[in-house]
Amino acid sequence: MAQAHNGNERAGLPPQAELEALVALALEEAKRLGASSAEAGASVDVGLSVNVRKGEVDTLQHQRDRSLGVTVYFGQRKGSASSSDFRRESVLETVRAACSIARHTSEDPAQGLADAELMAKDVPDLDLFHPWALSAEEAIAIARECEAAALGADPRIVNSDGADVSTHIGLRVYGNSHGFLGGYRASRHSLSCMVVGRDGGEMQRDYWYTVGRAPELLESAASVGRKAAERTLRRLNPRRLSTRKVPVLYAPEVARGLLGHFIAAISGGALYRKASFLVDSLGQRIFPDFVHIEEQPHIKRGLGSAPFDGEGVATRPRTLVEDGVLQGYVLSSYSARKLGMQTTGNAGGVHNLIIRPGALDFAGLLKEMGTGLVVTELMGQGVNGVTGDYSRGASGFWVENGELAYPVQEITVASNLKQMFAGLRAVGSDVDERGNIRTGSLLLDGMTVAGE
Amino acid sequence: MDTNTVENGLALARAHILAPAGLTESDLERVFSQLLAPGVDAADLYFQLTRHEGWVLEDGIVKEGSRSLDQGVGVRAISGEQTGFAYSDEIILPALLEASGAAKAIARSGQSRRVQAWCQGSGLQLYRPLNPLESLSDEDKIALLKRVDAEARRLDPRVEQVIVSLAAVHDVMVVANSDGRIAGDVRPLVRLNVSVIASANGRRENGSSGGGGRFGYEYFLEGDRWRTYAHEAVRQALLNLEAVEAPAGTMPVVLGPGWPGVLLHEAVGHGLEGDFNRKGTSAFTGRIGERVASPLCTIVDDGTLDRRRGSLNVDDEGTPTQCTVLIEKGVLKGYMQDTLNARLMGMAPTGNGRRESYAHLPMPRMTNTYMLAGPHDPQEIIRSVKRGLYAVNFGGGQVDITSGKFVFSASEAYLIEDGKVTRPVKGATLIGSGPEVLTRVSMVGNDLQLDAGVGTCGKDGQSVPVGVGQPTLKIDAMTVGGTQA
Repeated sequence: MAQAHNGNERAGLPPQAELEALVALALEEAKRLGASSAEAGASVDVGLSVNVRKGEVDTLQHQRDRSLGVTVYFGQRKGSASSSDFRRESVLETVRAACSIARHTSEDPAQGLADAELMAKDVPDLDLFHPWALSAEEAIAIARECEAAALGADPRIVNSDGADVSTHIGLRVYGNSHGFLGGYRASRHSLSCMVVGRDGGEMQRDYWYTVGRAPELLESAASVGRKAAERTLRRLNPRRLSTRKVPVLYAPEVARGLLGHFIAAISGGALYRKASFLVDSLGQRIFPDFVHIEEQPHIKRGLGSAPFDGEGVATRPRTLVEDGVLQGYVLSSYSARKLGMQTTGNAGGVHNLIIRPGALDFAGLLKEMGTGLVVTELMGQGVNGVTGDYSRGASGFWVENGELAYPVQEITVASNLKQMFAGLRAVGSDVDERGNIRTGSLLLDGMTVAGE
Repeated sequence: MDTNTVENGLALARAHILAPAGLTESDLERVFSQLLAPGVDAADLYFQLTRHEGWVLEDGIVKEGSRSLDQGVGVRAISGEQTGFAYSDEIILPALLEASGAAKAIARSGQSRRVQAWCQGSGLQLYRPLNPLESLSDEDKIALLKRVDAEARRLDPRVEQVIVSLAAVHDVMVVANSDGRIAGDVRPLVRLNVSVIASANGRRENGSSGGGGRFGYEYFLEGDRWRTYAHEAVRQALLNLEAVEAPAGTMPVVLGPGWPGVLLHEAVGHGLEGDFNRKGTSAFTGRIGERVASPLCTIVDDGTLDRRRGSLNVDDEGTPTQCTVLIEKGVLKGYMQDTLNARLMGMAPTGNGRRESYAHLPMPRMTNTYMLAGPHDPQEIIRSVKRGLYAVNFGGGQVDITSGKFVFSASEAYLIEDGKVTRPVKGATLIGSGPEVLTRVSMVGNDLQLDAGVGTCGKDGQSVPVGVGQPTLKIDAMTVGGTQA
């Protein structure tokens, strides 16, 4: 199976039973030291990545990471510790470190494991494990082919940051003193390419990538390279814009980030701290009524799929937004207790968030917008989660008469996320599935564009 | 205590890492003799042992604490421009030999070479080789968190939420390379952070402050430094409650001293890292000797500042850090280099080879990057602006190395109207072009300040602690990304 995967002896994952034994050892030791409850997680990740630049190998890296994390509760006082050392004495030492921390933390009524009846009863096979029997030589060959397709696409492609191929497999096991003990293996493979173009003026770069649980789900090397080149070429000789207020179309690769801000704002940690612009918004209309957002944790081979969350709670499909109205928050057991609610199985985040695609594809959305800005890249962290104020650097394209007119850069887009969500005009059918958040392009009402 | 010398730093580091593993110099020679296969030009072993702890107070109680221990060894083999890398989280000879076998596979055939006789690399003595986790008792750490919380809540009834975090890292490294150089360092790092949310009239805003550096926790107690962090965080949150919409468009911008130096980190710092220039992908490639800033601007990267967050006695390749002039009176002078890129570009290493951990490859990275003081009185600079923005605090930034476009986001800013600082405005992102923005610097203050010790820089997925600094400076035209067109 996985043992031979990188063509050398470093590549294998240990048997699941081995990590289960470590977790069980940690839990036993916690009990022995007087902890009233405890939880532990262990993981091993193994990978190979290569970067090829201008046809030559730049770096070849073998990864192998291990981690054991332990949390103990003495009543409602909590302590945590972690280590990369799996030897028995180190495991015991890690548990002792967690216990010593718990002597100093405070009683917190919301603290503790998730309720026992919420534990996953079984661990469904989500088809997440597809190791790639890829030797370093084969990885290099794929990266070369990818980069060559980009460099050969056009004489205006003048330089390269290279093509990367990476393949990773991992095993994680989680257990707690309710008796839950579960684990699963997963793989992740990717191919990316970034090239530099120039046509008289200054240089521009852009990239493309493909990622999947199974190697056969990846886009071909030549296609990734060609797209990287196309995306770079279309950015050459950009202009700036004067300051104005216009509709903005977020391409799928940046639209994902907008939904990420939405998830952050309805996450328990931000809500119980009142550090969100969507505090007390359950049952409120956040988006226009055509918007439907759901979480689908059990998609086979899904990049965000997981059979249970970070506390052993069974994940389940659910609707987050229906007819534009918020139906549920994103909670762990801790934040749920703080809010007087029940965990939604989201300790560690959401699992495959999907916004229902609309009828129009990217070209259709351009026509719908008529005149405005397409954003394909955002820069900086100018998002205030407490107020929703939003101001980020952007580049993309100016659109006239429903067509891309010319590339633009060195501008900002600004508004407030609450207004941006309420002002969503359309969701594209051009869904980008390369991540935990799946969305098409998002067309928004007027935002302030600042430029020259 | 007589431990404040680098030789002892190295001796301590070896005692922490190599001795418990039973690794001797002859074991290292055995690893290098395997690693230096035909075609391998250079190789290094990076041993690291890191202890980390973090404490968080929230809702007036200490909710969380954690400790972690991470150790391992990274093995790098270089053949021409090619790098092979593997690592192990077990510091034992068989794991080292196995990782060496994987790393050296990068080399094609070529000349064989041998490791030179071992010599101890010399480094600087910028901080004491102490373990900051043990610099206060756990009881005193908890007491400190509670005092900060009580102070922040005492200051104003509008303060609704206070989160205080305290963290320390005890990072011990030994690096041995195929030139026979062995260097080590014990690197303490602490940080205290306060974040508050204030609310009034249905509006809610946050503010945050903090500091740190390469010393023990007692730094926060000296002169009640912790108290100033609490005051600063509350002041910012209350100020934000009054902030109006930020302007949008291109206008004169005055940046305050200290942390706004993140401008330099983004606008020129990354673009002057050796790897991007060796590859020719930086907007500054091939521009040494050219004017890239106004003559008022002299910018350095200095890893040798006493106990600063970005300082290092030796970098992660064992090269002592230095003060590197990047831009002198507006003219581009040099790049920041690690050994690989320095060699390939025919330049000298500058002590900027840094890595997040043993599990990551070193790259050219910044240390403390700042602009030297200029001639102007800060008040005179503000008076010179008819209408513009005065920005004194920032969140993070980002740069596109190739086009040179960069952003940084103001978290505390004011309008300047008729030469006076008037209303506070909401946070907004500022955007500009690295090779252009500093040519528009028309005034530089005499008030150079370094930041409080909170910066972290990310590159290629690797985070390292850094510092920035600058005097007050005026940029004649920069684009401000507010909402008020």
